[in-house]
Amino acid sequence: MFGQLLAQHFVHTALWAGAVVAIVSGAIGVFVVSRGMSFAVHAISELGFTGAAGALVVGIDPVLGILGGSLLVGLVLGLLSLRGRERDSAIGAVLAFGLGVGVLFLSLYQGYATEATNLLFGSIVGVSDGQLRDLVIVGGIVLVGLAVLYRPLFFSSVDPEIAAARGVPLRALSVAIFLLLGLTTAEAIQVVGVLLVLTLVITPAAAAQRLTARPGLALVLSVAIALGSTEGGILLSLEKSWPTSFFITTLSFAAYVAARIYDWSRGRQKRLSSSPPRRLWAVR
Amino acid sequence: MSVVTVDDLALRFGERTLFEGLGFELERGELLSVLGPNGTGKTSLIRVLLGLLQPSAGRVVVEGCPPRERCHRIGYVPQQRIFDRDVVLRGRDLVRFGLDGHRWGFARLDGEATAQVDAALAEVGASAYADAPVGRLSGGEQQRLRMAQALVADPVLILADEPLLSLDLAQQRAVVDLLDARRRRAGTPVVFVTHDINPVLHTVDRVLYLAPGSWAIGTPDEVLTSDTLSRLYDTDVDVLRVRDRVVVVGTPDDQHVHHVGEEHVH
Repeated sequence: MFGQLLAQHFVHTALWAGAVVAIVSGAIGVFVVSRGMSFAVHAISELGFTGAAGALVVGIDPVLGILGGSLLVGLVLGLLSLRGRERDSAIGAVLAFGLGVGVLFLSLYQGYATEATNLLFGSIVGVSDGQLRDLVIVGGIVLVGLAVLYRPLFFSSVDPEIAAARGVPLRALSVAIFLLLGLTTAEAIQVVGVLLVLTLVITPAAAAQRLTARPGLALVLSVAIALGSTEGGILLSLEKSWPTSFFITTLSFAAYVAARIYDWSRGRQKRLSSSPPRRLWAVR
Repeated sequence: MSVVTVDDLALRFGERTLFEGLGFELERGELLSVLGPNGTGKTSLIRVLLGLLQPSAGRVVVEGCPPRERCHRIGYVPQQRIFDRDVVLRGRDLVRFGLDGHRWGFARLDGEATAQVDAALAEVGASAYADAPVGRLSGGEQQRLRMAQALVADPVLILADEPLLSLDLAQQRAVVDLLDARRRRAGTPVVFVTHDINPVLHTVDRVLYLAPGSWAIGTPDEVLTSDTLSRLYDTDVDVLRVRDRVVVVGTPDDQHVHHVGEEHVH
């Protein structure tokens, strides 16, 4: 049965779509994690859901609604350019209101409930050739954007004060990363659904952060973990007909746990083998 | 010709005037220490020199060019902010930012840039932990990397804003010696903001004292006197010399002057 499914066109489309989304999510995740934007990712994806529900009500393509909702929220959060606790509470307020509107849209929508379920939990096997093409285009935009912004974005993420002193435009970069995040989220929603976007945007990057302090390597590892989880999850769901999203989240979480254990055991070895502790890293 | 010219500079926030009519020149190799209680505009002055803050009046010129135009590299050592423990960043990445972190695209694997980074790391004695995760280094080690970051692009001017905060005495000494060595060897003038003059007293050329509403500039012997500070604060202030240390007694904000770790919010 597995072999037969593997020969199906829709499976190939799903695997390609998953690959595109995983690469983009894994790449942007590194910046999202270093800027402490996990909660913003969640907000953007939930409001992508509001956008999609709104699109269903007025009878246009829900993907356009997702895109609109994610980009709008990304733009607003980017322009606010908040930091720390204030950002946290502002996001919480926006998120709750947006979801309330989404609930209204859903109650107004007279169509099939499965549409809504697919939005929440993903429907990778339902991706059409046209949607795959769109995923590739949007994904390409995000990757090009990240490549162009890479250095100043990274600089301003980890060292904002000095970056500002060197003339890096912090606010413009904040808007840019939020917009790219909006696009990425709109992509990821179509694969893993609104509720599970974090599994591709946050978890792989958080795992990579545990494995290395080399920025370039962290980027590669994050993409690799996202890619492995997505493709592995799709293949596993062919073998056993549980939801694809379950397998994807499980694999990426397993990578995260493994990375934490690796980090912990490495730290422990260093502590045991080196004294005085100040020279912990000098001996590498 | 002087490296920095500050002419008739004023800084106001709403109703509040931090300083006005401020003027001084900074020669090659000179070390100027900016002293004064919190809230008098020490950090704001640094931000004006960096081109991040537009003064209310007056002008600043660094090597013939307003800092806003960024014609020249200015090395900046900020108030210490400890890095997040898990930040994905090695010592050499932090230093490399100082060289080309503001440029678009990816950093190329460039032998010359790597050599410059290595040289800066060696200059501050941070080579041993160049490849270590920055977040797991001590405060003193992080501050050395900050110094390397400020020095790597061969700046025309170094601005250090309370670089000694939360460092122990040996680390403070190391940071001061590094800046001192740099300005003697390369002639780079240094502006050094501090709430405590004593760690730099042996090496400082001039002191700019910012008091609420007034200021004074000159050698430590000219400025750090009972007369000058009494005039600045418009009340009786005593400056005592205890061995080779300066102790200021009787400023209205006495309780704040030696309060380490206070934020400079304006």
